[in-house]
Amino acid sequence: MPLILEVERAYDAAKADPEFQKELDYYFTHYIGRPSPLYFASRMTAHCGGAKIYFKRDELNHTGAHKINNCIGQGLLAKRLGKKRIIAETGAGQHGVATATVCALFGLQCVVYMGAKDIERQAPNVFRMKLLGAEVVPVHSGSKTLKDAMNEALRDWVTNVENTFYLIGTAAGPHPYPALVRDFQSIIGHEVREQLHAAEGRLPDTLVACIGGGSNAIGLFHPFIEESSVKMIGVEAAGHGLDSGQHAASISRGQPGVLHGARSYLLQDENGQVQDAHSISAGLDYPGIGPEHAWLHDSKRVQYVSATDDEALAAFQTISKLEGIIPALEPAHALAHVLKIAPKLPKAHLLVVNVCGRGDKDIFTVAKALGVEL
Amino acid sequence: MSDRIEKTFAKLRSEKRAALIPFIMGYDPDAATTAALLDALPGAGANIIEIGMPFSDPMADGPVIQAAGKRALATGATVAGILELVRGFRKKHADVPIILMGYFNPVYRYGLPTPERSLSAKAGSLQQSSGFAQAGNEKFCKDAAAAGVDGIILVDLPPEEEQEIRPYLDSSGLKLIRLVAPTSGDARLPLLAKSASGFIYYISVTGITGAKAADTGALKTKIEHLRQFTKLPIAVGFGIKTAAQVKEVSAFSDAVVVGSALVDIIGKAKGKEDIVKSSIEFVRQLANAL
Repeated sequence: MPLILEVERAYDAAKADPEFQKELDYYFTHYIGRPSPLYFASRMTAHCGGAKIYFKRDELNHTGAHKINNCIGQGLLAKRLGKKRIIAETGAGQHGVATATVCALFGLQCVVYMGAKDIERQAPNVFRMKLLGAEVVPVHSGSKTLKDAMNEALRDWVTNVENTFYLIGTAAGPHPYPALVRDFQSIIGHEVREQLHAAEGRLPDTLVACIGGGSNAIGLFHPFIEESSVKMIGVEAAGHGLDSGQHAASISRGQPGVLHGARSYLLQDENGQVQDAHSISAGLDYPGIGPEHAWLHDSKRVQYVSATDDEALAAFQTISKLEGIIPALEPAHALAHVLKIAPKLPKAHLLVVNVCGRGDKDIFTVAKALGVEL
Repeated sequence: MSDRIEKTFAKLRSEKRAALIPFIMGYDPDAATTAALLDALPGAGANIIEIGMPFSDPMADGPVIQAAGKRALATGATVAGILELVRGFRKKHADVPIILMGYFNPVYRYGLPTPERSLSAKAGSLQQSSGFAQAGNEKFCKDAAAAGVDGIILVDLPPEEEQEIRPYLDSSGLKLIRLVAPTSGDARLPLLAKSASGFIYYISVTGITGAKAADTGALKTKIEHLRQFTKLPIAVGFGIKTAAQVKEVSAFSDAVVVGSALVDIIGKAKGKEDIVKSSIEFVRQLANAL
């Protein structure tokens, strides 16, 4: 507890400090390359024949995903706290790469915990992290995936608390992490609001984002929560199907539970033991969901749906060919849902989908799933 | 319920001795072995026994206890099964306190109906879940006390969140043993002390179970400091592995917990008889040091 209370105090002080915001803006603009474009996907729109579809291009950020927004923010916090060593957990490796990047940028030591199974399926990102100077520690405990990497990072943190800052990658974990990850990712929604106003002169009608822990979705949704006309849809990973027992759909199929310092929906058995999540996308297979999403679900403000591995794979290929944009498998879930709903919506309906990562990292996984030898 | 913890410490105090608290994981490697171990531990010199409730995500545990939890879950350990073991133990051992140590979620979900998994309906939403939470926590406290459990340690339930379970602890008489870490500063100690009952469990090193041993001199200073905040007995654990360490630490604490070293012996022994024999021998050595 003293650890997270320290983070909370530092964050409260930073929020009140205009210098912090200035520094954050500086790196957002000059290092990440923000604002990311809001792009009218004309061919996908024509293909669907319904809603007008915009892509929020967070895959164009430095390091290729939205993860860097949060890493810059927390990296600056770590600096304020005088911490010299950063630890992080990673699933797909995107958060690990973003953390390693920020550590290189700020001259901090970086240790990334990654499930042994994920290390196997995300070799390019492991190499990237090493190039950036990070130490990647394979985690062999439990299911050897994201949640176990998080357990191991927490073990490290309680052991090395004096000099170490834990840079959590998603909107889950103990307070204040869900709140601060949300705030750093909210730049996505704020930009969408401005950009769509410039393009269309009004608010969007529907926002769609994929959900693992939920950081890109909460970043897109948060600035619109008070706008009751804006419909929001979070797309979970249904893996081999919601009733297959192999999925990562914590809201659709989980039960209330407590893990990693937060109460939310959890995939668990009848004894309260946490179950392994499955998704073709390593970035979505966390067995929990950020607590704010659980609340947005219960209050019915956000609708939560799911897309299977196969649907995401199909969308991955369709969008690559239609728009010349290879999305990551994570937003491919969101795109799969857009392909389902857009045809039924009127042409004046403005739909924004967050393309939160690019698919280069996934080409090996996709090739394997399609039976292609590289 | 008679207060076995208080009585145990009072008796030991009159004998000017510290308590030995061995930790074993429930169902490691199976229920029958745990039952045999529990039965033999008081005779070997255990004054209080701590039983681990395994969890899929043991964030505060090192590799040894993680492995024990995995073995236990593989053999079908459940909270209900562990309470059954305690019930069995109580038939023969009326006075030795039993402490359960674990993580919050299996307690929170204890005895709740099996999740409904149909496409259209989902059992329980978070908003209803305060009702759910009470159901699990309440039933756990009631059943644990009835089985003969004296106290619990919930690693991931900080005092800030303890209202979840507090009413049921109070009504059942279960003690909430609080962990105090070297990082728990003076600003926090009063909160921890207020929330604690039974005894305080001082974690001798920052980190996870089975870590490197703490420096005894520094530890003594910390314990003396901690006594300014609480009248409760203070147990010291994490990183205590040998009879020599037990002897040193018992000089300034009220109890010594040995976990990973014992669990390691259990993990390495082959078969029920060997496990019981080698671990009881080890516990006897530790007890003789007191």
